[in-house]
Amino acid sequence: MRTIIVGCGRVGAGLASQLAEDGHEVVILDQATEAFRRLAPDFQGQALRGDGTDESVLRRAGAEGADWFLALTNGDNRNILAAQLASESFAIRNVVCKINDPVRAQAYATLGINTVDRTMMMIDAIGRFMGRPAMPGATEVTRAAAQPAPAQARLPAPSGSDAGLRGGR
Amino acid sequence: MFVIVVGGGRVGFYLTKELLAEGHELVLMEKDPRGAERIRDELGAVVVNRDGCEGIHLAEAGANRASIVAAVTGDDADNLVVCQMAKHHFDVPRTIARVNNPRNEVLFRELGVDEIISPTRMILAAIEQDIPVHELLHLALLEGGELELIEAQIAADSPALGRRPADIDLPEGCSLFVLIRDDRAQQFRPDTVFREGDKVIAISRTECEMDLHRQLIGVVPETADT
Repeated sequence: MRTIIVGCGRVGAGLASQLAEDGHEVVILDQATEAFRRLAPDFQGQALRGDGTDESVLRRAGAEGADWFLALTNGDNRNILAAQLASESFAIRNVVCKINDPVRAQAYATLGINTVDRTMMMIDAIGRFMGRPAMPGATEVTRAAAQPAPAQARLPAPSGSDAGLRGGR
Repeated sequence: MFVIVVGGGRVGFYLTKELLAEGHELVLMEKDPRGAERIRDELGAVVVNRDGCEGIHLAEAGANRASIVAAVTGDDADNLVVCQMAKHHFDVPRTIARVNNPRNEVLFRELGVDEIISPTRMILAAIEQDIPVHELLHLALLEGGELELIEAQIAADSPALGRRPADIDLPEGCSLFVLIRDDRAQQFRPDTVFREGDKVIAISRTECEMDLHRQLIGVVPETADT
């Protein structure tokens, strides 16, 4: 099982270390070499310096034929670009994209990307700790609206769920 | 026409200035407060200090009635997100993205960006046109990158020299389009014979390019020679 991770922050590094320990083949990318210090000292995977939004870098990292692709940098848009490269250019089927802006996270889930949104996760966790009811799905990866259709047809019209946004003001 | 320009760098600034001069209605979105301030000093209230990647800010700027959204920041990821949000959440009829990494062109087109402007590609093309090497020149990408418009120059050592179009073993999915000889364009005829200095404009599937190179220019060199 080969996993490509873009972004060696706390989440990326932690996950990479765990997956490698489980015996996964892990390649983790970051633009800063210092970021790799977050990896476990006995990390068995591969750490590559490079821009994970650059197709040629991803190709060198072995994106072709990878089983999982996780876009976990601290930039929402970089994650979105990397994730779409993974699914469109490399046809990777299991892609997860971290998007911390809830509006964009929901928008891209509708556009066919599995998204994980730290903002909603924390709002939910802290709210529950304070006794508020749980927000459904907030702690989960939001599964993309399933549609492995041709590129042009794949993107659905905005659904009612984001009507507030569409209405403008 | 109502246009939203995202990114107040040099491209965004001059674009806004020109569009205003032509009388278009316009909003320029620049997320950096100092950048926005500087533009406001010169161009007035057309600039808003907002991030055009945020759906809410696009809505505020009036994206749902914009005819065109042009994303011209220096960051490809930002430009992609602006165009996708505009297209799929505000039904903007036409989105334009500046693309810095030419390898992103095909992806952006597949993802629904209507118009892609690649300064890198343009400068590259200008440079390539100046170099009289025995290479294929890439003139344009067609059909979302499936096909390429290519120019090949017939040199003294070309395997096509002295042959006719029918003698050329063209790869499938590849078609000779027009011949440029003595600065004039002419159709290929069955009795056309390739001469030194001819330029052949061909349309080729991207993956057949190397075959075409072999037929018209010669063996693909391992290293660049003069």
